[in-house]
Amino acid sequence: MALLEVRGLVKHFLGVTAVDRVDLAVEPGELVSLIGPNGSGKTTLFNCVTGYLPADGGRILFRGHDLAHVAPHRVARLGLARTFQQVSVFARLSALENLLVFLQQHQEERLLARLVRTRRLRRLEEEAVERARRLLDLVGLGARADAAAGSLSYGQRKLLAFAGALMSDPELLLLDEPAAAVNPTMIEQMKEHILALHRQGKTVLLVEHNMDVVMDISERVVVLDHGQKIAEGPPEAIRRDPRVVEAYFGR
Amino acid sequence: MAAEDALLDLREVVAGYEEVEVLRGVSLAVRAGEIVSIIGANGAGKSTLLRTVFGMLRPRAGTIRFAAGEIAGLGPTEVLRRGIGYVPQGRCNFPAMSVEENLEMGAYLRRDRRVRADIEALLARFPVLATKRRDPAGTLSGGQQQILEMAISLLLHPRLLMIDEPSLGLDPRMVETVFDTILAINREGTTILMVEQNARKALSVSHRGLVLELGRNRFEGSGEALLHDPEVRQHYLGGR
Repeated sequence: MALLEVRGLVKHFLGVTAVDRVDLAVEPGELVSLIGPNGSGKTTLFNCVTGYLPADGGRILFRGHDLAHVAPHRVARLGLARTFQQVSVFARLSALENLLVFLQQHQEERLLARLVRTRRLRRLEEEAVERARRLLDLVGLGARADAAAGSLSYGQRKLLAFAGALMSDPELLLLDEPAAAVNPTMIEQMKEHILALHRQGKTVLLVEHNMDVVMDISERVVVLDHGQKIAEGPPEAIRRDPRVVEAYFGR
Repeated sequence: MAAEDALLDLREVVAGYEEVEVLRGVSLAVRAGEIVSIIGANGAGKSTLLRTVFGMLRPRAGTIRFAAGEIAGLGPTEVLRRGIGYVPQGRCNFPAMSVEENLEMGAYLRRDRRVRADIEALLARFPVLATKRRDPAGTLSGGQQQILEMAISLLLHPRLLMIDEPSLGLDPRMVETVFDTILAINREGTTILMVEQNARKALSVSHRGLVLELGRNRFEGSGEALLHDPEVRQHYLGGR
């Protein structure tokens, strides 16, 4: 059974069909990229899958559960994490604290446990802080762990958000342009890390315009244009597909 | 280089936000007619440098001269009047207003009667904007919005145009279109200073490049030389 299955997904905006009967299946452990011109529906598809937008038609199944009308925080707790193109951080909290907030969004409320502050909870918190520090090191923000997130540059906030999506150790990771605004050297490290997650058996769905990233790490590439799926296949085949060259790569 | 022939000349500029010092003594000279790119790691101070030149941040030390006059400490409006345009990172300011209204807003500093003609000339020059002149700017694609922002800044006929990450979030074809537009603007006589993470692309169209590291100059050279410098490739171009 596919981990994520999108069947005949439809989404309209003001008379425009942003996503037009798209089918997409991602198998457990797969690393799939979604590419297409600006405005082709990639982010809208992400928003529908993660519950940020209600679909107008079709079905979205995650581990066989229908997600069509599940709120974003519930979707997140099913083991699915995402990053956004437009990052927002809690400017007054430190980079480290921001990561702890990301984590909380993925955990069930345990109010009573929080009040009691059991030894187990304290240990979980310590582990979370340690994990957050490791992830900050990973994205080159180790030295800024205690700096207010508001003092980070746009690119650094993107890296913080990437680390945030990894905090909950999700089963399915949806990354929306993680490499945009990130310097080439850090992009290489990001690629290595996505591949490492892939080797650990995690499932990744990536939206990205940086073709070095897409072509180097994807097992399969799905191409959208005007809300419709126009091609799907291994990177080499996609690179040569005349329809994709026409719609996306250009010269 | 000798600073006498520089249009923009920064010397030992120090700037930052509250307790954080971002620029720690940056020097940069941009000659009239050049395209200069600033590259470097996230947090190196690239965007802060543009904001400081534009007067959004007051430098704590150093000098910033433009067309032989000191501009350090001037606010953005005065910097605009002196002939420096700035396209910040991200998308358009007034998404609910039409493309045409956005252009009119961009000309708010002008009092002359030629604004209308200039707007028409820009729309003729960027057909992608002309076909959408009455559409809300927020409905334009990312690349179209980037071109709109550049068109808006051209309304004030800047001698120097600063652009922060023109390729951000754009698909490969749009990246080509936006860079072609930058080259065309430059050929018509506008000096360009840009910050770009797509460093290969930026350096390939630039006369010169500056690599910033932790708020200081690290490397400088022609775009071509930086593209082939082993150390720059290793540390700033992803090792490719």
